Amino acid sequence: MSGLSFDALDSWWWPWVFILAAGWLANDMWRFLGVAFSGRLTEESPVFAYVRAVATALVAGVIGTLVLFPTGDLAATGVGLRVAAVAIGFAAFKMARQHIFVGVAAGEMAFAVGWWAGF
Amino acid sequence: MRGRLSSRPRALVMTASPATPPERSAARWFAAGMADFVSLPAFILMAAFTGFGGLAHASGVTLAQAVAMSGLIWALPSMVVLVGAIKAGTPILATAIAVSLSAVRLMPMAMSLMPIVRDEKTPKWLLYWISHFIAVTAWVFGMTKLPGLPRPARAPYFLGFCMTLTGVNMGVTAVSWLAAASLPPVAAAALVLLTPLYFILSLWRAAERAPTDRMALVIGMAVTPVAHHLSPEFTLLITGLVGGTIAFFLGRALERRRAPSREATAASDLPADLGGDER
Repeated sequence: MSGLSFDALDSWWWPWVFILAAGWLANDMWRFLGVAFSGRLTEESPVFAYVRAVATALVAGVIGTLVLFPTGDLAATGVGLRVAAVAIGFAAFKMARQHIFVGVAAGEMAFAVGWWAGF
Repeated sequence: MRGRLSSRPRALVMTASPATPPERSAARWFAAGMADFVSLPAFILMAAFTGFGGLAHASGVTLAQAVAMSGLIWALPSMVVLVGAIKAGTPILATAIAVSLSAVRLMPMAMSLMPIVRDEKTPKWLLYWISHFIAVTAWVFGMTKLPGLPRPARAPYFLGFCMTLTGVNMGVTAVSWLAAASLPPVAAAALVLLTPLYFILSLWRAAERAPTDRMALVIGMAVTPVAHHLSPEFTLLITGLVGGTIAFFLGRALERRRAPSREATAASDLPADLGGDER
């Protein structure tokens, strides 16, 4: 079981099995369970709090990987530039009373300017 | 069971004053939901999906696969975790576990929204179909808009909104994937950078009243380099379990030292996400 990654099998259908099992089923089973249990469980239970913390840390792992260990065109840039762009975006977001658009735009602008300045 | 379920949402309807006569047909309500797609939260979501198209392209995911992920999964955090695992060469079982963990939050969302969406005559299969479209943006929309509508209007109106939102974002995924293939390197790199930027900011805001989730975000990012050093393939799983567990227990300890009434819930912190309070 351990070696079955997305590129493990050289066939057209394997990536789709991968997407259906690890993508579609992994998500819709929770939505369907939510319909089946609607009105019975409370969302304040410690179990949900724990699961939310794990889910948030998982996405934090994605963020960290994309910024620290990217591939493709982003990998051609310095780690300092990427971290600085995200930090500037976050600072702008805080100054603009937590406006997501302002933060994203500031981070992207800082990244573009830094790229052209040769960082 | 039905009696218990239909008595609860009544309380949520209290101030409801239908702006339109309830005798409109289901098709008209569906169309009304489609028209209400044009909104700021939907616009923000489209920008985030632009980032996903770029990310998918940079990760070696094909156009058809990227568009299918948008339609089949329809939850950006899960999609980003899936693409990250694909790129890292993570085995299918570990990927399914990581994606499932990032998707559990959909369950309380579906649970809390169903009593509001359903009518006595709504068939079960329709509720399951509707539940597929539940993600943060649609959930916030449903929780805020539906209680003001007559009950028979809610399912068709909500479906009209959701199916438009999902359809448009499948298109956004396709366009941004294609654009990423022909963009100059700086623009392609900036497109991929959209995803981490967007997620840090939206998660930070969503966790406004949930210190545990904020700690999970910060600790998770701090744990990432260590996890990556230990095992590039299992970085996400390690980060989620280790970072989430540390944050959970730190958060509990913190809550205990503070006033116990400040306990945050999923319902109270989610509407702050994705510009849901900006309309």
